Amino acid sequence: MTVATAGPRSTGVLTDIGNVWWRETLTIVRDPFSLIFSLLQPLVFLGLFGPLLSGIAGDTGAFGGSSLQWFLPGVVVMITMFGTSMTGSNLQFEIMTGAFERMLATPLSRASLMVGRALKELTPLVVQAAIVVLVAVPFGFVLYPLHVLGGLVILGIFGVGVGALSYALAIAARRTEWIFWAVQQSLLFPLLILSGMMLPLETGPEWMQVASRLNPLTYIVEAERTLFAGTVTDVSVLWGLLAAIATAAVGLVVGVRSVRGATA
Amino acid sequence: MIHTESLTRHFRVGQETVEAVRGIDLDVGEGELVAFLGPNGAGKSTTLRMLTSLLPPTSGRAEVAGADVTTHPAEVRRRIGYIGQKAGAGYNYRVRDELLLQGRFYGMTRAESAASTERLLHTLDLAKLGMRKAGSLSGGQKRRLDIALGLVHSPRLLFLDEPSTGMDPQNRANLWEHILRIRAEHGTTIVLTTHYLDEADAMAERVVVIDHGRIIADDTAERLKSEQAGDRLTVTVAPEDRPAARTVLTRALAPVLTGAPGAPAPEPQIEERVVPDGCALTVGVPAAAHALPVLLAHLRDAGIDVTAAESRRPTLDDVFLHLTGRSLREGES
Repeated sequence: MTVATAGPRSTGVLTDIGNVWWRETLTIVRDPFSLIFSLLQPLVFLGLFGPLLSGIAGDTGAFGGSSLQWFLPGVVVMITMFGTSMTGSNLQFEIMTGAFERMLATPLSRASLMVGRALKELTPLVVQAAIVVLVAVPFGFVLYPLHVLGGLVILGIFGVGVGALSYALAIAARRTEWIFWAVQQSLLFPLLILSGMMLPLETGPEWMQVASRLNPLTYIVEAERTLFAGTVTDVSVLWGLLAAIATAAVGLVVGVRSVRGATA
Repeated sequence: MIHTESLTRHFRVGQETVEAVRGIDLDVGEGELVAFLGPNGAGKSTTLRMLTSLLPPTSGRAEVAGADVTTHPAEVRRRIGYIGQKAGAGYNYRVRDELLLQGRFYGMTRAESAASTERLLHTLDLAKLGMRKAGSLSGGQKRRLDIALGLVHSPRLLFLDEPSTGMDPQNRANLWEHILRIRAEHGTTIVLTTHYLDEADAMAERVVVIDHGRIIADDTAERLKSEQAGDRLTVTVAPEDRPAARTVLTRALAPVLTGAPGAPAPEPQIEERVVPDGCALTVGVPAAAHALPVLLAHLRDAGIDVTAAESRRPTLDDVFLHLTGRSLREGES
């Protein structure tokens, strides 16, 4: 065999992540039409929700004067949450067939299995965000490209954490698949609403405001709003970054642990 | 290639502890073809999953391809190939894409992986299916793809978990043709689990019989059969000739039934069964095929008419029956 001389060769974690990411991304590359709907979704939200917010705000100067500037970062966070929280659903299918086990039997690092998958869910996000932002510009959205890019980095870190948790959830629910969806759905919407992403929480009851302070997503949304508004030197950006790093760290620890137990 | 010491695995099921594997000591040398044979739930797959580092042992140790499964699991995985029970290729992935990526997972360069992929597509009769989605392949094609996925990085040690379960006889034969050819060409060490008796018998050079989490026999299929079960021969005579035939049998077979050195030859154990054309006398003897003509000559000399005669080699099921008092076939689904 010509390659027999190659022998076992170590791969770095980054190479592993790249390989897992590419395998997942191939599903889009080989079937690009699947992407079209996910690209339309944020536009629908923006188009149907934005005018309502403008109507509510009226001339009151709520949402800092521009409802679009306020709402658009929220939409970007929302599509991140939708995408990455479903990381585990593709995995579920691969657990049912033997593909997950086959990949577990390769030397791929355990963390790369989930980071690669989460990054795949984040890949269309860059395109989605670009489209949403460009469409919004003619309607009065002021674009700060570097700030938006910084915001996407924070979202990326956060998304890896959410993806890893979703991955762990799929493994935990591998014997009863509906549990994955039950948990994912019943966590997703409260987290989204309690982050003040769709509607401001300032007018809500106090318990909601307390709950939102305990929600890491709140800090992400606030950081994104600050960045999209063209400010970097605000403390909310730092809190957002910390919340993202904390989520990623927790996600990876939980995820790697569940992969180790996955074959039992 | 493999060395284990009291390898053990327990599972917690509710309040109970299930001892799936209870102390396996095993050595497999380079180039061997070994089959783990046993009923469902015997601990074959659990043992295999520990050897492939997919499952950490509860206690004991195992060295596989020169690396310890507990301390260096990634190194073990790098050096072995593993083909699980279920289809390993992603349902929505193209056959060639999966193979190319599999090579990359093992640290091969793009060019190495491409060369290996094309070669395997060719050897495993998948050349025309490279662009097809794995989910659209037939059962036999899927299994061949699994074999290809397990071989992309040319491992020197290959594990197969129930490789031919659920396949029709033709596809099984075809699969084995591929496995045996790969082995002949590359000297790959192969360890597989099976609950198909005939498969273990025909394909493996060494059969490790596992039951209730322990190895209860470990030898070539031939030796297991002659030592644990032995050949049997049966002659059918008219009912009135039965006593005379018994006497002839006892006398004629005494020389081939060797007891302990110095001790007299043991009495042959003769089983009698009434059959439509008379009485069938069955007796266990070594090399029954050779003993049968001799016995027939003795019976003819005694004036006894034999209406039917057969010699039978034992099966691995006879071995299992002898070892456990249970038949393997009973447990088959």
